[in-house]
Amino acid sequence: MKKIISRVFLAVFTALTLGFCALIVKAGVLISQGAGTDNRFFVAMVTDGGGVNDQSFQESAWRGMQSFSKNTGAKVRYVECQQSSDFPINIDKLADENTDLTWGIGYKLAAHIELASKINPERNYAIADFSFGENTPENVTGVLFRAEESSFLAGYIAALTTKKGKVGFIGGLKGLVIDQFEYGYRAGVAYASKKLGRDITVKVQYAESFTDSAKGKAIAMKMFDECDVVFHAAGGAGVGIIEAAKEKDMYAIGVDMDQSSLAPKNVLTSAIKDVGKAIEIISLKLMNRETIGGKTFSYGIKEGCVGIPENNPNLDKDIQSSVKKLEEKISSGEILPPGTSEAYDKFISVLSSMKI
Amino acid sequence: MTRKIAKLLKTPFFCTAMAIFFGSMVACGILLLTGYSASESLAVMFNAVFSRPKFILNVILKSTPVILTGLSVAFAFKSGLFNIGAEGQYIVSTIASTITGILFDFHPIIQIPLVILSGMLAGGVLGGLVGILKSKFGIHEVLTSIMFNWIALYLCNFVVNIERFHKQDSDGTYSINPSGFTLLLNDWKFSEEGRNFLKDNPILSDIILKTDFNLNFLIAVLIAFIVWVIIYKTKKGYEFRVSGLNPDAAQKAGINVQKNTIYTLFISGLLSGVAGAFSITGTSIHNIQTLSMFENYGFNGLSVALIAGSSPLGCIISGLVFSALIYAGQSLQFKIGAPSEIVNIMIGIIVFFVALVRIVPTLVNRFLEREESLDVK
Amino acid sequence: MEISKDYAVQMRGITKIFGNFKALDNVDLDVKKGETHAILGENGAGKSTLMNILYGLYEADAGEIYLNGERMEIKNPSCAIHSGIGMVHQHFMLIDKFTVMQNIILGNETTDKFGIINTRKAKKRVLEIMSRYGMKVDLKRRIRSISVGMQQKVEILKALYRGAEILILDEPTAVLTPYEVDELLEIIENLKKDGKTVIIITHKLKEIKKSSKECTIIRKGNFVDCVNVEKESEQSLAEKMVGRKVKLSVEKRPASPGDIVFEIKNLNVTCERGLESVKNLSMTLRRGEIYGLAGIEGNGQKELLEAIIGVRHVDSGKILMNGKEIQNKSTRYILDSKISVIHEDRHKDGCVLSMSVADNAILSKYRERKFCINGFLNYEERDKFTDQLIKNYDVRPIGCKNTKIRNLSGGNQQKLIIGREIANNPDLLIAVQPTRGLDVGAIEYVHKILINLRDQGKAVLLISLELDEILDLSDRIAVIYDGSIVGEFNQEKANENNVGLLMAGGKFNDAQNS
Repeated sequence: MKKIISRVFLAVFTALTLGFCALIVKAGVLISQGAGTDNRFFVAMVTDGGGVNDQSFQESAWRGMQSFSKNTGAKVRYVECQQSSDFPINIDKLADENTDLTWGIGYKLAAHIELASKINPERNYAIADFSFGENTPENVTGVLFRAEESSFLAGYIAALTTKKGKVGFIGGLKGLVIDQFEYGYRAGVAYASKKLGRDITVKVQYAESFTDSAKGKAIAMKMFDECDVVFHAAGGAGVGIIEAAKEKDMYAIGVDMDQSSLAPKNVLTSAIKDVGKAIEIISLKLMNRETIGGKTFSYGIKEGCVGIPENNPNLDKDIQSSVKKLEEKISSGEILPPGTSEAYDKFISVLSSMKI
Repeated sequence: MTRKIAKLLKTPFFCTAMAIFFGSMVACGILLLTGYSASESLAVMFNAVFSRPKFILNVILKSTPVILTGLSVAFAFKSGLFNIGAEGQYIVSTIASTITGILFDFHPIIQIPLVILSGMLAGGVLGGLVGILKSKFGIHEVLTSIMFNWIALYLCNFVVNIERFHKQDSDGTYSINPSGFTLLLNDWKFSEEGRNFLKDNPILSDIILKTDFNLNFLIAVLIAFIVWVIIYKTKKGYEFRVSGLNPDAAQKAGINVQKNTIYTLFISGLLSGVAGAFSITGTSIHNIQTLSMFENYGFNGLSVALIAGSSPLGCIISGLVFSALIYAGQSLQFKIGAPSEIVNIMIGIIVFFVALVRIVPTLVNRFLEREESLDVK
Repeated sequence: MEISKDYAVQMRGITKIFGNFKALDNVDLDVKKGETHAILGENGAGKSTLMNILYGLYEADAGEIYLNGERMEIKNPSCAIHSGIGMVHQHFMLIDKFTVMQNIILGNETTDKFGIINTRKAKKRVLEIMSRYGMKVDLKRRIRSISVGMQQKVEILKALYRGAEILILDEPTAVLTPYEVDELLEIIENLKKDGKTVIIITHKLKEIKKSSKECTIIRKGNFVDCVNVEKESEQSLAEKMVGRKVKLSVEKRPASPGDIVFEIKNLNVTCERGLESVKNLSMTLRRGEIYGLAGIEGNGQKELLEAIIGVRHVDSGKILMNGKEIQNKSTRYILDSKISVIHEDRHKDGCVLSMSVADNAILSKYRERKFCINGFLNYEERDKFTDQLIKNYDVRPIGCKNTKIRNLSGGNQQKLIIGREIANNPDLLIAVQPTRGLDVGAIEYVHKILINLRDQGKAVLLISLELDEILDLSDRIAVIYDGSIVGEFNQEKANENNVGLLMAGGKFNDAQNS
């Protein structure tokens, strides 16, 4: 019996080993053949730590890429990074794939995109949410969003909706980009409270993370004790904030994409930052051989890259129509929502003399 | 004849090679089961390492930290200690190197040693602390090391967010001052002259321009050699080995085992510290970033040391193999979309087989025995 | 001899090969039913191997086993137990943290239909066995809290509980006090009366004479003879075992003690459990004498030694070496004040098994100038020194300096260790059970070395559980009991009775009279 078992085992083992050797030979053939070439226009994106299904910024970017591919027939792909040590690896691997344009989605990738542009001067790079300002390399394009504009609308809506007179803001990590959201939102609230003639305070807290949804939820649960509307600019961590709104049956305002699908009854509206649309615009420019390198583009309500969704079932009809008017005012430049702390202070001082 | 083959079968090198062979075999099985083409995967992995000079060099460059953390683990292991804290020591070293690299800006001749020494020292202190806790209070080193790993992780996140160091609109600190870089030809390769020269030399361009071209690997090899000398040629090394293999006998031979525990873990920490410091000085973009999870340089050192059977010189080979596997694994994910976890599984299986093939010499002996006993009959 | 039902065990032509080494070559064994049969041989002669084959731990490469005249294939221990064979190993296979009862029923638990252990039923049986063979063991105590002698009884009980008819005892007296040995012999007698067959593995001649009727002698894996014990003298048995003439008694000149070398004054030491292990102990050693410390295991010898070599903290009292206080100094300092130690457990304390012979040879002297230059080891000197040791102390195999010490036999390991320690040229050599597990030839050799050392004017502190050894070797004999020295004799006044009485806790005055 023992002998039979050991013989069967030996036979299976030999068969497996031989099969594996065959695989190796086959692999050797594949290696010697080399890969075929694909001459299509090739655009790729690298995520900044979140997955491409983050229901926020990255997802919006990928949708833009897909629609770009559909409209032009270009080849597109994304690469997900788990953590920051993956950034250089993935950017480097994309360079080996002969991309025509590589997008870094999120400012975290800035330093790596800059380095890659130096190493691969023949390739084009673009980065969303970041500007190298004066020092933009010739083969890099920066894209900024006037997120303060949509955040202003969000603040305005929050202030008009709140019953407690207190609204909240939860950011990911403090920084220039999230400042746009915070101060735009604060300004929107201030603007609305002047209109209502009622004091509405804004509570601000940071989750110190763009991915930790549990932490986002914990912060939001606490915040909903005081506030009844909370706006978040915390990427993946924001998913937890919306969950908290659902549990507490309060309102959350989504960010980057229309996030109402996450909690249809509890997402008041979303401050859309349509990175996908910007990607489409910029990629198309490059495809049409326009010079985009060395520049920074800024997109806002006017270009249709930020705003609020068409349909907001939870939003009061009257508020919705007044928002429409506000949008126009911003688009025309009549109101300039602030995106930094200084601009906000200035805005507040001007606000008192402003006619609404 | 049989004896010769048997002798060959018993060599550690052959055993390890066999472990890698079977590890890949099982990994291919998993790939097939999950619906990926195994032969294509193998081809991709092979190409990812060998098809371009850049890839080969990258494997070498990326092996540097794991060789060093591997040495750190192996060194402690030779003295009977399990340095699972290499990860934390690596992290505090990157923190210390970054801070000194940002705060000071001397001439490279001073700056580079300063940055590296500060990193080493930070790692060493953390290791030494574990040693003190073990020898003075009897707290097991594994326990404290694991805790220190987490402390180091959060310390890193804390330092990143200090205003003096945090770079606006990023998740990291500023890069250290360029005087602390241990990159070779770094200024030249981005200069007009360098670019023009490299344009005509695709291979050189591949090697110098497209990678973080540096000599840290050679220093790691040198350090491996030094560690070997310490362990096998010096009085202290002898004490370490005796303490590791039989602490009772060591104590009774007048060796201060407790003091040696502190020394060992300190040196072990220094080694992980070199790994961390080199990652800052020799890898773009020369800073630390917020960590959500361990980057595993230290933990990979455990695997490297295990595959090497704790031999210091073996760590060089196993570090290279390890780095090649990781690098190939990233390509696997990139090219055919197979999860990079496959490679982690593969590495796990290889380590498992390495442990398993230690029985090969025993099996061979048994085979020989049987043959001889047949002769006797 | 014919295969017959009268024999409990018959083994024919047993051969066992390990690697290149023939452990047993065509060995026969015949054990009569209801008798005590001894198997005599030096260490490494193959006694244990033979019994392990009978117990199913090893499989013989050739040969047959018959139980009660029937051919049996014993593939594993459970098969042996099933056939009514029980074995008590030299190193007990008990679980320290379990109680005696739990250990006895381990692996053979009587359970009810829910799988819960039925202790009452088991206990009844154990008690019955105990009363039948005159054994007294407290079933509720935990193994670690009972003496070695008790533990042995537990092992025997365990075997009997499993229904053993044939009981194999591997070196049963190695760890027992004289009194316990007598107890054991009585138990064996009772077993025999009850019709059980007992096989004793030993190399101690006295016990064979006392316990067994027949004796099989094995030498270097070969069957030598099967003799009737009564017809043989100890001397002739020893000669058959070793294969040459041996001196059983130690020959030495009278001691000529010189200056005081080593002194302990009112020493107090606590053990890790916080109990006082050494109480107010004093002793004085002079040059040129062997001072024997007799005592049953666990009476503070271990703690005393540890305190002397600086591994354990001394609470109060003084230890003086050549007039210098060395208590609570570092081990290195103490060893450097010309004390060398031959430890009892050479595998644990005396050498590093996975290191080479050469590396072990310098274990206690690697930091000497000669072996270490500027922090680097001098391998050349090490090898030279090792070669010398191997030559001077007849360590075999010759040229073993690069093999791992693990692969040497116990005797050769011990020779190397003793050689190494003596090469330190100590003023005081502490030898703890220096002949434990050695064969007659090696014991003779070690004894000679110790006496030589004495004659060179060194002091030797001999700590041993083997009373014979102490009585034969020592010039003065002290008895340690419960952490104190309860009596001291000159060699001519000491004998098994008075020392044995003190070891068991008797009064000094009584002992002097007996």
